[in-house]
Amino acid sequence: MGWHPRAMGASRPARLNTEAQHGLLLIAPPLIYALLLLAAPLGIILVISFWSQSGLTIDRTPTLENYREAFTDPLYRQLLVRSIWVAGLVTFVTVVLAFPIAYFVSFHVAPSRKALWLFLITIPFWTSYLIRVFLWKVILGFNGVLNSSLQAMGFIEEPLTFILYNVNAVVITLAHAYAPFAILPIYVALERIDKSLIEAAMDLGETAASAFLRVTLPLAMPGVVAATLIVFIPTIGDYVTPRLVGGPGGLLIANMIQTQFLRLNNMPMGATLAIVAMVSVALIALAFVWLNRRYLKSAKR
Amino acid sequence: MRRRWLGVYAVAYLLFLYAPILLLPLFAFNASTIIAFPLQGFTTEWFVDLTTVSALHDAVKNSLLIALVTAVLSTVLGICAARAGARYSFPAKSPIMGFIMVPLVLPEIIVGVSLLVLLIQILGVSLSSLTVILGHVLICTPFSVSILNTSFQSLDPALEEAAVDLGETPWSSFRLIVLPLVTPGLISSFLIAFTISFDEFIIAFFLSGVEPTLPVYIWGQLRFPQQLPVIMALGTILVGFSILLLTVAEIFRRRGLARAGALDQGGFL
Repeated sequence: MGWHPRAMGASRPARLNTEAQHGLLLIAPPLIYALLLLAAPLGIILVISFWSQSGLTIDRTPTLENYREAFTDPLYRQLLVRSIWVAGLVTFVTVVLAFPIAYFVSFHVAPSRKALWLFLITIPFWTSYLIRVFLWKVILGFNGVLNSSLQAMGFIEEPLTFILYNVNAVVITLAHAYAPFAILPIYVALERIDKSLIEAAMDLGETAASAFLRVTLPLAMPGVVAATLIVFIPTIGDYVTPRLVGGPGGLLIANMIQTQFLRLNNMPMGATLAIVAMVSVALIALAFVWLNRRYLKSAKR
Repeated sequence: MRRRWLGVYAVAYLLFLYAPILLLPLFAFNASTIIAFPLQGFTTEWFVDLTTVSALHDAVKNSLLIALVTAVLSTVLGICAARAGARYSFPAKSPIMGFIMVPLVLPEIIVGVSLLVLLIQILGVSLSSLTVILGHVLICTPFSVSILNTSFQSLDPALEEAAVDLGETPWSSFRLIVLPLVTPGLISSFLIAFTISFDEFIIAFFLSGVEPTLPVYIWGQLRFPQQLPVIMALGTILVGFSILLLTVAEIFRRRGLARAGALDQGGFL
């Protein structure tokens, strides 16, 4: 890392002290900002999730009632389970589709053109999110672009109806939205691989496929894990895509959180659902990281 | 052989990525109020309509103001964090740096609702463009930090030391040596933060109150089928605008890397 050499001067504790002061002084503005506008609000959400609301009045006596409701009410439970399932599916589809692209750019694109490819991949991600999601509705719809072109080419007789206003549409649209988030970490991991290791494996008698499975894939795993987490975690918080393309059967927990806060005006219940969603996602993410560590350990043997 | 299949796949994948953007101008110039094929003929009517809607103009002004302030603030906070990370060692450095990056992986709805509760319930502030800025700075700062990290870490500390040895004060050496070298990174960070803020919907929807941003305005219009062609025209302009900004940001990012003599790792993320 590009630390200043003075940082390494452990023999000069006084120096290190002023250095630490300088560093802390400099980091203070972004740190204080994040403490005030991230840590504090999250703390408040946690506290409010233990309050309760009847009508317009908020009762501040701590209670677990909201959590009991979140886990027993079939509607909430269904939304939570569906959200986790959809987030998992989106993550799987996005990462599986992204891996070959990352591999292609890292292994087969000339070094001078790699930056251009990465730029091309990231551009759609930065352009008007709402309109992009809406256009998927246009593409996937009953008279949509996909159906009318497939019909015109004679592949299908009747328009396909399983691709809009359901979970499939949500998965397709989100896989599109999060593509660069998955491609870039995998690409970075692949770039770090010493290509001579793969050659060595081939020289020692591995086939291309087994060298990929036993050398490239384990070494690319940190990137795959990063991609998985960076897609899985934010997906649970998207309410635009389910609302626009998901239909009634494709609504997710984020839609319910939004409704609780803005329509039903039940902040405590909304806070509880937000906490439950976040904790579930965090637990699954941790479990995934743990499983991956075990996989890498067994790959080393 | 494998290489060729991968190439075909890569092109197909790019087509998947660009499908919505490529369709947008088709419908923006299509002389039909229904957004579907077959196309009905060429018109610029929808673009002309854009000039007459004053609610849209207000939303654009709000969004521009919010994006501008957000870009400046998050770049300044990004400079602090990236400079501290590259130049100094201090206690709890990696947890602090990690904490500042958290909004990058936090679901946006969580940021939106938690800020809403803090502002309304605890502080009793009324919602405005200012509250949107607060939220946007929070999510844009990590992007600024990661762009500026590259700039600051590829700096050779010897340059700055030499300046100090030659009689410059720490501040003047920062201004004369460091700042010019990281300027491309600064511009790139500013443009990326601007683009994110200008396009951000989820947080703005919670925090904008009666001053809608452009995406909040668009969200409202998506419910009315007769408004859709106008929205397609608007989207076409927005896409062109973002591609322009991103291209400029990319040029400056590369120039910065070239100036610092670093290898191009590619990408903003």
